[in-house]
Amino acid sequence: MSKIMYNNRLAENIYEIGVEGSFKGAMGQFYMVRAWEEYPVLSRPLSIHDLEEGKIVFLYRVCGEGTKIISRKKPGDEISLEGPYGNGFPTVKGRIALVGGGLGTAPLRLAAKTIWNSNPEKLDIYLGYAEEDINSNRFSKYADSINIDIGGYVTDMLDPSDYDIIFACGPEPMMEVLTRKAQGTSAKVFISMEKRMACGIGACLVCTCSTKYGNRKTCKDGPVFAGEDVFPDELKQG
Amino acid sequence: MSSSKVDFGKLSFKNPVVMASGTFGFGKEYGEIYDVSKLGGISTKGITLEKRAGNKGIRVWETPSGMMNSVGLENPGVQGFIENEARHLSDLDTRVIVNVSGSRTEDYAETVKRIESTPFDIVELNISCPNVKSGGMAFGTNADSAYGIVSEIRKSTQKMLMVKLSPNVGDIAEIASACVSAGADAISLINTIQAMAVDIYSRKIIFDNTYAGLSGPAVRPIALRMVHQVAKAVNVPIMGMGGITSGEDAISFIMAGASCVQVGTANFMDLRAGMRIVDEIEAFMDRENVKSLSDITGIL
Repeated sequence: MSKIMYNNRLAENIYEIGVEGSFKGAMGQFYMVRAWEEYPVLSRPLSIHDLEEGKIVFLYRVCGEGTKIISRKKPGDEISLEGPYGNGFPTVKGRIALVGGGLGTAPLRLAAKTIWNSNPEKLDIYLGYAEEDINSNRFSKYADSINIDIGGYVTDMLDPSDYDIIFACGPEPMMEVLTRKAQGTSAKVFISMEKRMACGIGACLVCTCSTKYGNRKTCKDGPVFAGEDVFPDELKQG
Repeated sequence: MSSSKVDFGKLSFKNPVVMASGTFGFGKEYGEIYDVSKLGGISTKGITLEKRAGNKGIRVWETPSGMMNSVGLENPGVQGFIENEARHLSDLDTRVIVNVSGSRTEDYAETVKRIESTPFDIVELNISCPNVKSGGMAFGTNADSAYGIVSEIRKSTQKMLMVKLSPNVGDIAEIASACVSAGADAISLINTIQAMAVDIYSRKIIFDNTYAGLSGPAVRPIALRMVHQVAKAVNVPIMGMGGITSGEDAISFIMAGASCVQVGTANFMDLRAGMRIVDEIEAFMDRENVKSLSDITGIL
């Protein structure tokens, strides 16, 4: 068990929780989080939002019984973290864009920091929110530009041909649109998928992601996949 | 510390705690978390003759004190199992049970025949999967069809044949008796309880396959009752399961007549549940001065 340092409400139903301890992890990986003994039965997969010496941070939305319990925890309360799990984003170079939609911005904070510290040729960040800006200030130290869309389509803001690599996390339609938009351009798109999970380690097969190579385990083979593997070009396939 | 070694028909288990099919893969992933040789056994993910991709859509949904799944037997097929999983499993110092499923009797028979050459001692015949469109549970919901498939499969294997029963029946003792008459060496129960969930805002059923299988502590009292009923009806060893999350839960199933227990959903509540339950059973034996689990098996 680990100790909660803070658990702050950022917006309606959206929280940022910091947990004390020396945790491992890389951008795009996640932890199975549990702040209760037995019920609900399943732990909650939360991607690493930030990682520092002595601290790990998660960004989450209250959307069910589990996240509701987590949101009620106070500094000093205990929480259990199992991980890190998943493949994470690949190490990349060149002209890079990060595209996040809503809570899809969660794994991009650590990605921004990691990539920025590796001196990329260019790092632009695109953040889309449905109603209000929840956390763009968290990215300001780690980008050449930050572009914010509220209530529209964040994917309309960028031209994929300006980039070599795009990391995206958000609603599936957003990631699909971006993947298709980048087809035939210089940009290779990597997406971070969200699925309901049970074991978190690749044994139970409830988080299967359908790809052009067949089923993949989101928890173990993912959560990061090449966009074109999950949303293949139908024309080429046909 | 007491020894929780148990006899199970002609075989013995180092302890009665077996990981339930579908919750433990082929043991590899949990093997990275803890030493799975501490377990009594592992029942593999259900194997079918051909590789299967499983069900589309949402595959897991939580319920009060439980969960529903609709994986639909995604598995590498018997050939993939033999080529890619059997060697690693045979290196483990724990008893491996090969769980077999299918849609047609001849497919079950062929799968079991191909498994005959593997070093594993027990076949668990799954005639109770609620998550596939054809076969599966249909074989296990009446005594005649259960008798039919078990007597056919009996001809295809020399291994210990354990039949996994569905709780979605009127008289489970009758089905168990039919399986034993047909040549089953052991019975395991219960598979998941057929269940459903609705998204009232989209006015849709959650699962693409309409119904799913409920497991976890929510089903435990039902499972315990059924284990008790079957234990009274047959004289072959029983592997009891259904929402077992602690050594105390396991002991209750043993007292109701199970020689071994299987642990499924608890693996998701606590990745190290299997190992912990072994320790809790042995601690109970020490505390209550139980020399051998056979002294308390089926005492109720």
